[in-house]
Amino acid sequence: MTPDLGKYADAVLSAYGISVLLLAGLIWLSLTQSARARKKLAEEEKRHRKNG
Amino acid sequence: MSVWKYANPAKFMSLSGRVLPVLTVLSGAFLLVGLVWGFFFTPDDYKQGSTVKIIFLHVPSAFLAINIWIMMLVTSLIWFIRRHHVSALAAKAAAPIGITMTLIALFTGAIWGKPMWGTYWAWDPRLTSFMILFVFYLGYMALWTAIEDRDTAADLTSILCMVGSVFALLSRYAVNFWNQGLHQGASLSVDAETHVDNAFYLPLLVCIAGFVLLFVSLVLLRTRTEIRLRRLSALQVRGSAT
Repeated sequence: MTPDLGKYADAVLSAYGISVLLLAGLIWLSLTQSARARKKLAEEEKRHRKNG
Repeated sequence: MSVWKYANPAKFMSLSGRVLPVLTVLSGAFLLVGLVWGFFFTPDDYKQGSTVKIIFLHVPSAFLAINIWIMMLVTSLIWFIRRHHVSALAAKAAAPIGITMTLIALFTGAIWGKPMWGTYWAWDPRLTSFMILFVFYLGYMALWTAIEDRDTAADLTSILCMVGSVFALLSRYAVNFWNQGLHQGASLSVDAETHVDNAFYLPLLVCIAGFVLLFVSLVLLRTRTEIRLRRLSALQVRGSAT
């Protein structure tokens, strides 16, 4: 499945590995921050409606 | 119809909520096709061997690292001139994406540099200006978190963004300004004589499109988060005042 990367296999695979990790971390962080903000805002709006 | 109507947070939330799923699917598709094409179905370069496959990550991330800062400059100027909060929040939302792209460009460049140049790092004009750009991204993000008043933070980060733009432009044109150092010229050009071979050029374009779409998706998502947090703090202040 993996192409023959020859003597540079370590360099190519580590470049892809680090990039995928950094991108996955950024996406995960963005999604969790978004979900947390959405939840907190919904709770605060609910509290405000209840208090008039 | 004016583009400024999207400076209204409610209008922005409505439009971005509709386009975000489409952009997310498109960015995933472009990234998958581009990276699979580049990694599995491109030949080795006669000089660089298989390390040429690193350009499918390095070039798009470096391209975005510079252009995200330029986007932050434009939105900061809009904040400065027209005082639209959404534009200041969009600049703030873009910075973590920009710093990630800068890191990817620096790491992949270093990993490629070791077998090709014999060193992970050299104080070459482009590499050095990129390192300074990275420090500017760090400073920009630190400044946003260090200042409690959001409008003051937006003002000061906008000024920092204008100053940092010099290094963003230097990163782009360092190779042309100083005809020295290890870094080669542009891999992408409209001139077919000077850009990389077509076997790499087309998958590279697909990867760049994927990275750009990913950036737009993430910046919309993160701006929406910032707008929600701003509304949350406004409600909390109103709640504590009553």
